[in-house]
Parts: sequence; structure tokens; C-alpha cells
Amino acid sequence: MIGNLLILLEAPALGLQLVIDGILIGAVFALAAYGMALVWGVTGIVNVCQGEFVMLGGFVTVLLAEQGMPPLLAVPVAAAALYLLGWILFQTVIVHLIGRDMFNSVLATFGIAIVLQQVMARVFGAADRIAESGLGSWFFFDGLVGVAKVKALVFAACIALGAALTLFLTRSRQGQAIRATAQEPRAAATLGIETRAVYRLTYALNAAICGAAGALAAMAYTIHPYGGLTYTIRCFMIVVVAGLGNLAGVLWAALGLGVAESFAGFILGAQYQIAFVFALLVAVLVLRNWRLKRKRLYLQ
Amino acid sequence: MRSALSLTPARLLLLIALLAAGVAAPLVAPAYQSQATELLLFIVFALAWDLVGGQMGYNSFGNVLFVGLGMYVSAIVQVGLFYNVGLYTEAKGGGTAFVFDAPQFLTGLAVGIPAAALASALAAWLLGSLVLTMRGHYFAICTLGLGIAAGQIAAGIPWIGAGSGMLTPNPPADLGNVGVLLYYLALGLAASCAASFAWLLSTPFGLALNAIRDDEDKAEAMGVRTHAAKVTAWVIAAAFLGAAGAIYGNLVRFIDPTETAFAGATIGVWMILMALLGGKGTLLGPIVGAVVFQLTKELTWTYLIGWQRVALGLLIVAVAVFFPEGIVGFVTERFGGKRGRPAPEEQAP
Repeated sequence: MIGNLLILLEAPALGLQLVIDGILIGAVFALAAYGMALVWGVTGIVNVCQGEFVMLGGFVTVLLAEQGMPPLLAVPVAAAALYLLGWILFQTVIVHLIGRDMFNSVLATFGIAIVLQQVMARVFGAADRIAESGLGSWFFFDGLVGVAKVKALVFAACIALGAALTLFLTRSRQGQAIRATAQEPRAAATLGIETRAVYRLTYALNAAICGAAGALAAMAYTIHPYGGLTYTIRCFMIVVVAGLGNLAGVLWAALGLGVAESFAGFILGAQYQIAFVFALLVAVLVLRNWRLKRKRLYLQ
Repeated sequence: MRSALSLTPARLLLLIALLAAGVAAPLVAPAYQSQATELLLFIVFALAWDLVGGQMGYNSFGNVLFVGLGMYVSAIVQVGLFYNVGLYTEAKGGGTAFVFDAPQFLTGLAVGIPAAALASALAAWLLGSLVLTMRGHYFAICTLGLGIAAGQIAAGIPWIGAGSGMLTPNPPADLGNVGVLLYYLALGLAASCAASFAWLLSTPFGLALNAIRDDEDKAEAMGVRTHAAKVTAWVIAAAFLGAAGAIYGNLVRFIDPTETAFAGATIGVWMILMALLGGKGTLLGPIVGAVVFQLTKELTWTYLIGWQRVALGLLIVAVAVFFPEGIVGFVTERFGGKRGRPAPEEQAP
């Protein structure tokens, strides 16, 4: 561990490499966290199966790529498939959770997460998978720093999708309805907005976003049926750090988390990377609580 | 649920009958001994979860942390009293070099289980002041994170076998059937857990827990020392979870860091399911829930090869969405007319 730290101090280029890698994966986290913030803000539900949506989107790409489809074309397919899944899940389960006790929604979505991860493990096998893109890398500083082209592509696509979603939310009528429902559901309902349809759209849209994020991630990073919960925790952490409705905050927090994780993975060793994510979550929540306490504020 | 705690002669009789049945069970049905032991431990898990989750309203998703900690501490103590733990795990616990004779094995258990309870209680005390100030989603997700982080960390420590797990000491052959011993240990633990919780909930401390659940800020304003009560309840629950984990580790014999010890997707969520299925926030509920759950699990397990966890996940969703009041809650609402009904909740403005 200390040895790794010394290596890092002696080779600044390696540090740069870690920062770049962290930022590139951070965009995937940002997109998934954006979806979680959306669902949380609109329906009040913390969607614990968020990470499983990401994994499922990734598996769609991997499967289609194995059938010979270019991975990038599989992204819209994954988004559409997850939109459908989100729609079905909303109609069967989530609709009953809106306005109910937070414990029920956390437990029910955790249950969905378990079902999805177990089904994925049964159907696809519990192994690391990746949809090979066949793209090369760019090298800088005499080959000391390398940037895989596919990672850059994933980064750009995630940012573009996030921007498109923001445009949808701010410019379209449906986006307006979503925001109105988030602010004041009863007033929105009085004004003729079908809040239930809005909840459904929000949830399905979130699933689609996660599907796209996962589909993109699967081109550059390995995915695993049991990797979902880590994504959920990352999303939750990012949203907590940024605060609901703070889009720029989500992006910065996600990129920061990506960089922190990439350094932790290098310094502590890859086997502790997941532990690091969860430990960081606890640290973030404790810190948040401490700050609230100083202001004598408690949030339910 | 105050009335459920008072002892009428009929209830006392039922209690004695249940206890007698529990004591006699291994003699009557030795074939189901390990399942019965597991059931008793599940009762402890569900009760301990419910003390904090149901009675106090702090819905922890990471109680498995204390179970796993107890498992590891007990195994380490059981081995460490007589051998070098590092060498033991390196040799995968087996071989001829690490033989435990009967006194050694029993001493190990006698020291290991209390040590496990103590370690879990200590961990709960240390974590409590940090974690129990969070509420709602934050507490739920934070505890979920704690449980998984513990598993990942345990999987990275070679001294306790890292990812390939650790074996509990091999019971000596001259000790006969160790399963019976474990069964009675579990029975004693479950009985003392139920009895001490029944007593606790009849004291002002129990009222304080319920007050915290119903409205923590008001309880604090009324002079309830909420923080102390929360930490105390968590420490008590953790001690029972740790002891139960220690016995569970000896029952399954093999401690995998993420699949048995810190198994958030199985035991960790099952204990919530059991408490919820039986009736959250009641003393009887978790016990009923554990019995129903274990029976269902054992009866259907063989028919669902490979799909058990999927089925259990579906069960979790179904119970959380459609049956949140649980069996005891349902029965009280349907047949318990004399206990009255809760006032209808006011519509939020």
C-alpha cells in the first residue's frame, strides 16, 4: 500500500493517468446518479435496483455484441428494453410504493434488485463480461499516459445523453409536467397533470437512462451480475453529496468519485475498491450528519 | 402491543408447552435437527432486527454486519485459543495438524460465543453514535453499505482466509453429535432473547423505543434520552446477533466472507423479511415470521433448484408491497376488535 503510494509520488504521469481514468468512468456514474436523483425527486423513492438496471443494460450490449452487432448500436436497444422493464415494474410494484413508508420502498426495490441480479447470474452466468469495441488508445507523454478511445467515446456519449435529458426536462411539455409534479404533486394534479402517468414516465425514463449508461459502460469496463449494488451506492452517494435537483453538483460529485475510486483502486489494491466505495458512503453520510447537526437541522 | 406481553395463565401454559416441545424436539425428530437449529437462530435474527427496526423505527439493512462479525470472532477465538489462526486458515483448517479434542472444542465454544456477542456489541456501540443519528433513507442505505463493506474487507484479510473463507474447528469424534449441542445453545439463545425482549418492552425503556419510532423529535422534547436509548437498543440487538452468528458459523461449518458471514442478499435481508412477514413492531411477529419463513423455505427449496433466491426476492417484493402489516398485524386487525384500531392517518396538506 505504501509502496504504491511511493510509486505514485515518483511518477506524476501515473497520477495523471489515474485522474483521466477516473473522470472518464465518472461520467457513467453521473448519468446513473442523474436518473436516481430524478426518481427520488419526483416520486420520493430511493431506487435501490438502480445499479441492476445499469447491469442489465450492459448485458443487453454484451449479448447483442456477441451476436455480431456493433456495440454502439446496441445502446438504443438497451435503453428501449430497460424502458419497457421500468414501465412494467412501475405498473406492478412501484405504483404501490408512492407515498408509502420509506422502509417499504427501500425493501421492495432491494427485493427487485435481488431478483434481477439472481436472474442475470442464472441466465448470463456469474462472470465478468465486456463488449469488446476493438478501438485502440491514444498515447501521450511518450506512451506514459494512455487514453482508450472507447472510454473517451463512452464519456462523450454519457455527457451528451445527460444534456439531452436536461433539455427534455426543461424544454418539453412532458419535462415540464415532471418538474411540476416534483415540486408539488397535488397542485400539479389540480392543474390537470396526470401525476401517475408522470411517475410512470419518470421511472421508465430512469430505467432507460440506466440501461443506456450500462450499455455504454459495458463497452469499456467489465460488468458482472452482482455489480449492481455498488452502482446503486455510488448513485446514492453522488446524489447525497450533490443534493437533489443540483445537476452540476451531480456531475462534479460523480467525476470526483470516479477519480477517488481510481486512486483508491491503485493505492489500496483492486480487491478493496468496492469496500472503498461503501466506506466512502458511510464517511459521506457521517460527515453530512455532522454538518446538519452543527446547524441543528435534521432531515427525515 | 402492550397486551401481548402480559402473562395470563393460558399464555404461560402455552409458553411452557412450547419450551417443552423445543427441548424434546431433537429426541423426537432428529432428522430435522439442523433445520430446527437454523430456525431458532432465525428467530433471534428476526427478533433482534425488530427491536431496532420495528420497535424503534430504525430500519437497518446491515444487521448482517453483527452476524458476520460474531461468526468470525467466534471462529477466531475457537481456533486462536489453541493454534495459530494464520497457519490454520492457510492450511484451510483441515489436515492432521489442527485437531481439537473434546475439552478444547467445548472451551472454544464457551469462550467464543460470549466473545462474539461482546465484539458485536462493541462494534454496535462504536458505530451507533455515528450511524444512529441518521434517519430514513440515509440510515437504511448507510447500514446497507456497512454490511457490504464489512464483507469486502473480510474478503481482503488473508489472516482469516480472505476470499476463500474460514472453517470453524472440526468437532472431535468422541463428542458424539455436536448438532444437538448447537441446537440447545440456539434454543437457549432464542428463549433468552424472546424473554429479555419481552421484559425490556414492558419497561419504560420499551416505551422510549416506541416513542422514538413514533416521533423522535417530540420524544426528545419530552425528555426521553433518545440517543442513549437508540444506542442501547442497537447494542443489545447486536449482542444477540453476534452470539447467533457464532452458533450459525459452527452450524454451517464454513464461513465465506460474502456468502455466509456478511451475506446481505440472504440472511441480511431474510431477517427483515421474517420480521415484516410476521408483523413488524410486535414481539410475536418476528417469531411467527421466522417459523413461517423457515417452513416455506425448507419445503420449497428442493423444488426451486437454482431459482431459490429469485423466488425469495419475489417474496420480499410481494410482502413489502402487499402485506406490510404482517401476519400478526393482519390477525390483530381482523380479529382483535377489543384492542381498538389506530386512528385514521390525517391527509397531509
